Amino acid sequence: MIRATGLTKDFGSRRAIENLTFEAKQGEVVGFLGPNGAGKTTTMRILTGYMPPTYGTAQVAGFDVISESLEVRRRVGYLPETVPLYPDMTVYEYLKFMADLRHLPNSDDMVDAALDLVQMGKRADGYISNLSKGMRQRVGLAQALLHRPEVLILDEPTIGLDPAQVVEFRNTVREVGKERTVLLSTHILSEAQQLCDRVLIINKGRIVAEDSPENLQSRLVGAEHVVLRVKGEADDLLPIIAKIDGVQNAKLQPDGTLEFQFTPAADVRPAVARATIEAGYDLLEFHPVGLSLEEIFLQLTQDNARKES
Amino acid sequence: MRNIWTIARREYKLYFTTPIAYIAALLTLLTVGIYFVVIIYYTTNQAYYSNTAPGIDIVIGPMATVFLFAVPALTMRLLADEQRMGTLELLLTTPVRDGELVVGKWLGAFLFMLTIIAITLVYPIVLNKLTNPGIDQGVMLSGYIAIILLTAVFLAIGTAMSSFFNNQFAAFFATLAVLIVFWWLIRLPTYVIQNDSINNILNYLDLNGRFNSMLAGTMSLSDIIYPISLTALGLFLSAAAVEIRRWR
Repeated sequence: MIRATGLTKDFGSRRAIENLTFEAKQGEVVGFLGPNGAGKTTTMRILTGYMPPTYGTAQVAGFDVISESLEVRRRVGYLPETVPLYPDMTVYEYLKFMADLRHLPNSDDMVDAALDLVQMGKRADGYISNLSKGMRQRVGLAQALLHRPEVLILDEPTIGLDPAQVVEFRNTVREVGKERTVLLSTHILSEAQQLCDRVLIINKGRIVAEDSPENLQSRLVGAEHVVLRVKGEADDLLPIIAKIDGVQNAKLQPDGTLEFQFTPAADVRPAVARATIEAGYDLLEFHPVGLSLEEIFLQLTQDNARKES
Repeated sequence: MRNIWTIARREYKLYFTTPIAYIAALLTLLTVGIYFVVIIYYTTNQAYYSNTAPGIDIVIGPMATVFLFAVPALTMRLLADEQRMGTLELLLTTPVRDGELVVGKWLGAFLFMLTIIAITLVYPIVLNKLTNPGIDQGVMLSGYIAIILLTAVFLAIGTAMSSFFNNQFAAFFATLAVLIVFWWLIRLPTYVIQNDSINNILNYLDLNGRFNSMLAGTMSLSDIIYPISLTALGLFLSAAAVEIRRWR
């Protein structure tokens, strides 16, 4: 369980996060979504007992992060953004060192279990300096899971992984998230959608939205974007498409594709496809584009600004 | 206590994988070895004129001078490197107290230095064979206590500097500067200052003076208490610096 109340952190005169209040329950995977520099790492560092907040309080696994920092640290598994590893150690030595620091009973068994969980058992005797980025990330995750923590905090855990590793990683997190509290940060919208029960969107140190991924999506998506690519030049196709009822903001993109929007209530896609074929074009591509994170922020921050005024 | 030992053990092992530790060990053993051979050679040839046999100071004296440079090289990375690799964040989010981290780091380095010192024990054994009626055991003991205490102080100052700076070279030169003050510079004012009470304080703080008297076989309680307090102060400042890092 994580409960943060009014967390604020100043670095000198710069305010990194301001008045963050949120909760994450047991068995819940909560996503922290925001651009770089939004304050995700700072918040996570406060929750793991690495640094105290300037104002506000937070309880993690039932303990206060300032006055009961050691108790919090016993119960939290943390994977920082730059995976902290000792290249001079083997994978096994590293995990054993961490297990000893955490005074784990049967530390050998716990290390083996963590290695199995991230599928690194075969590389246990390899030196960390010889591991690929993806494998290092897995060792970092094994370190965070080693002591079977009540709360797992992962800072941008999938950066640098290849697509197959990302899928694997997500499965592991989903599995772990069934019985523990997981807080993970990401700036990839689709990742938050796939993994999280709830998403907190943070921008410039403030929470700008908090909801389930589905609700956020439907709240935000006012219009659907579609990209269309035909063989050859699409210049002459533009006026034809633009004329169709319900098509909005049709324009040619520099890469030769044609992009337009429509309201979900009136799906114009069949009409557009028909018109393209009838005009004698070979249709190569026709696909929706999701809102980018930037667009979401823009929309949310504009919403907030409007509400405030 | 267990955490201190866990960290110290890792640190100790790490030294055996870093070239700088081997260079420091080599430098110490080479200097002491050459010095030893030269002095022995010289005294055997001059024995006709002089009847004082060389003492343990010919081994421990040069060791102290080498440590002045070797210790900053060994301690510069203790905490600065953890900061650079991002592993300090890891250690500071495990249930380990800041003090335990710092003492563990220092202890690891101390054990490594003790290993180097232990190797030099071969010289008193050789010296004992060469001289008649052998070397003074009491002086040898007091000499080795002196070098061990001095190493503890040097390392604690190095640990503190490593926790103050993120940059290893800054940590190296800062350590060297502080060591030079305590080793050489602190007694210089006593040559010009006429005030006895100030001179007494400076003489009390002078590590070199105490070291030399212990090397000669005279040891007072303050010769033991002062280096231990200075070590404790260095480690306390390191722990405070780590704590301050959290609040920044």
